[in-house]
Amino acid sequence: MNALRQTSPWVVTGKYLALAFYIAFALFPLYWLTKIAVTPDKLIFSEGTALVPSRFTLENFQTVLLQTDFLAYFRNSLIVSLGTAAITTMIAAAAGYAFSRFDFRGKRLIIALMLITQMFPLLMIIAPIYKIVATLGLLNSLTSLIIVYTAFNIPFATFLMQSFFDGIPKELEDAGMIDGCTRFEALRKIVLPLTLPGLGATLGFIFTAAWSELLFALMLINSNDAMTFPVGLLTFVSKFSVDWGQMMAAGVLALVPSCLFFIFIQRYLVQGLTSGAVKG
Amino acid sequence: MTAEADNAPGSHRARGSYYFRYMVEPYLYLSPAVIVIALVMLVPLAIGISYAFQAVNLLRPFETGWVGFENFHALWSDRKFWLALTNTFWWTLGSIVFQFFLGLGLALLLNTRFYGKRLVQALVFLPWAVPTFLSALTWAWLFNPTIGPLPHWLAALGILSEPFNILGDPNLAMWGPITANVWFGIPFFAITLLAALQSIPGELYEAAEIDGASTWQKFTKITLPFLAPMIAITVMLRTIWIANFADLIFVMTGGGPANSTQILSTYIFTTAFRKLDFGYASAIAVALLGLLLIYAAVLLVLRRKLVKI
Amino acid sequence: MARIELNNVAKSYGSVEVLRDINLSVEDGEFIVLVGPSGCGKSTLLRMIAGLEPISGGEFLVDGGRMNEVPPRDRDMAMVFQSYALYPHMDVSRNMGFSLEIRKAQKEERSRKVADAAKTLGLTSLTERLPRALSGGQRQRVAMGRAIVRDPSAFLFDEPLSNLDAALRVEMRLEIARLHQRLSATMIYVTHDQVEALTLADRIVVLNAGDIQQVGTPLELYERPSNKFVAQFIGSPTMNILGVDRAENGVKLKDGTTLQIGSDSAHWQAHELGVRPEHLDIVTEEAAHMKGVAELVEHLGSDTNIHANVPGVGPVLVRQHGHFPLKTGDAVNIAVDLEKSHLFGFEGRRLEI
Repeated sequence: MNALRQTSPWVVTGKYLALAFYIAFALFPLYWLTKIAVTPDKLIFSEGTALVPSRFTLENFQTVLLQTDFLAYFRNSLIVSLGTAAITTMIAAAAGYAFSRFDFRGKRLIIALMLITQMFPLLMIIAPIYKIVATLGLLNSLTSLIIVYTAFNIPFATFLMQSFFDGIPKELEDAGMIDGCTRFEALRKIVLPLTLPGLGATLGFIFTAAWSELLFALMLINSNDAMTFPVGLLTFVSKFSVDWGQMMAAGVLALVPSCLFFIFIQRYLVQGLTSGAVKG
Repeated sequence: MTAEADNAPGSHRARGSYYFRYMVEPYLYLSPAVIVIALVMLVPLAIGISYAFQAVNLLRPFETGWVGFENFHALWSDRKFWLALTNTFWWTLGSIVFQFFLGLGLALLLNTRFYGKRLVQALVFLPWAVPTFLSALTWAWLFNPTIGPLPHWLAALGILSEPFNILGDPNLAMWGPITANVWFGIPFFAITLLAALQSIPGELYEAAEIDGASTWQKFTKITLPFLAPMIAITVMLRTIWIANFADLIFVMTGGGPANSTQILSTYIFTTAFRKLDFGYASAIAVALLGLLLIYAAVLLVLRRKLVKI
Repeated sequence: MARIELNNVAKSYGSVEVLRDINLSVEDGEFIVLVGPSGCGKSTLLRMIAGLEPISGGEFLVDGGRMNEVPPRDRDMAMVFQSYALYPHMDVSRNMGFSLEIRKAQKEERSRKVADAAKTLGLTSLTERLPRALSGGQRQRVAMGRAIVRDPSAFLFDEPLSNLDAALRVEMRLEIARLHQRLSATMIYVTHDQVEALTLADRIVVLNAGDIQQVGTPLELYERPSNKFVAQFIGSPTMNILGVDRAENGVKLKDGTTLQIGSDSAHWQAHELGVRPEHLDIVTEEAAHMKGVAELVEHLGSDTNIHANVPGVGPVLVRQHGHFPLKTGDAVNIAVDLEKSHLFGFEGRRLEI
């Protein structure tokens, strides 16, 4: 649509200005976080609002990593997020495959049920979940978090996986079954290798979601040993509310895994996140 | 050839299992998902609704039991509840309006051609990947005059009389979480709308061009009608999601100062988390659920009346 | 090698019946073409034979043994799909050898059979390519190679040529015909293209709306279509259908012209006259049955198609061999070859003349 018309220089300038605004708005907070994290303690108050600090230091990172429980939180979060991502993706892949390939009684009902779970306030079930988890003696365990997060993420992951499966022609499995596969073999040898990018993207989405969940973790975990990163950081903030440099260094470190996953999944964002919804 | 084998006496069993598999297979694939969702979400949901009609307070373990509509009566005369309801409205409205229009603008920009598009796209979508608690903390820090530049800039622009933390001012505090939410939510709208934009056939624009349509006409006559269904569904889902979204406010202000940023979902969480009053928290949650259902129903009816397709 | 029988086979999705009472027996080594308009159920029938769709009713036999419940992998049939359905992540030789790989055949046997098939189809230089690096025609060959490698008891083709351009389609059609001669295997071929059907088939099965209309050799279908549907479906350009009424000793066209055709009983039932464009002739005024005006003349070189309008009768298409010197607007006198015309009753059934 753009190549057709000679655009005036004013429009072009305006476009680039607008893009610059969006980039600045998106990146500025993250830049600030990093800036404070590398500013030496002594300069924080004198140069607190300067755009660039006059000296840099990695001291804050060192302190956070070596003298706090940061690494333990990090490990807990990694266990929970990886566990949730792996289990959710497996379960959602199976369910998404069923939605994509079969027509069966109750399909619409199950889809509706899954949609409803996306609509109601999750906080509604925070009290019952707490009571159930407490009754089972699973408070302060990472397992309970993995189970709860898995359930929360299954519906979205299922619809996502379904859209990936929908993109693979049904005839490939037909051909596989004619060639001598059982349906499961056809799934394993033909469909799954082709869905690998989709599986990767789903893993990434779920990982990020589990990595950032705060409220349920806050409710279900209160022992320092089992705290996930968000909970740990929050207690960290209230405990050391004056040590800005360290808090922000911890924040920068928390950003790293999400950003890594984001780089990996970002090319699937536009097609993956919406392909199911848009085409209908 | 399997013909002989099939005529053998055992063939009835084979026949049965083939059909059995055909009927049962999808349910096998679905059962883990359905079981987990039922046990971890639907059963607690039912329990949660039942809590709304009970006294369940972990701090007063001996005063439990069914109380009928008592929790709702208390809710009706709870000034904090009505305040939270009003705040929820402004929080949701403010967030969605800015998120939507800025997201639409970004999607339209990204749908044009320019140098370095892949990089730009990755950069502007980055806030979406930032964990919410971290977005909340970052913005809380940015609004802090000691280490954040925002109060100074706002004072320099004459918007604030002096550089103070707006999160501490009951009249302005809500703008803090809304800003953070807009920052965090623009990518979602941009992504979904960009996908919808890309599905509009290019020939339509060429045809309009030949018919002499201006850029504005092309936008209103082609782009908007094509985006309308997507806009309707994303705005609806997003509204519900934002109304439920407690993390940002909880981390940034905790509902304060003086409950000026308390919305229903943070009220539910603090009631459950700090007061351990599960009955009352569930009553608020049921009220919120009811409001959201009414909202969704109204929107669906409107959609049916307005959208002809 | 296999003899295939369908006895009262039916297919329904819920309450929607898509195929009814299909009876057909395919001899060993026979080339059968299923043809019909889109949505007639021909592909569904093929998929039922392959085992990809469950059979709702009736019996499907191979060499006398019931196969209804046998899963596709045990039916020993190979299938070539319309979209080719090549595995995108496997190279050409692995695509062709996949069925042997699944059946755990020896590696040497596998590579020998794949090499043989590749040679037959002229794919030897491409065996290490991935499907996406192949042209449409090459993909088609790989899909056929995948079927040949297995040496199955029957080949199933689901509109295998419909994604190719016209020239390639002719070439591949010949190739399939050659393949059938060489392997003399049972083949069932689905298409909506009557030229493919007429050139390839030993026998053609014409399907419409879930029913078999007629089964017969290409010539039988052309010369003695059992009803109006088959008559119009087979043959190109399409047969002219003209409304008629009973007359003394024959039938009369709507403009009153009497044609002496058919028996007495046929006259009573006759509703329409069917005559192919090639069975109409441009003649002198005295010999003409119909007089009209040429509205459009198409000069195709080998033939000339004359779209004429006959007052009282309606549009009539006449085909003449070679170049026929006629212009739009010229008057035309048309004679009907009564020997080769057909009469159809009220339900479209062909009447014996």
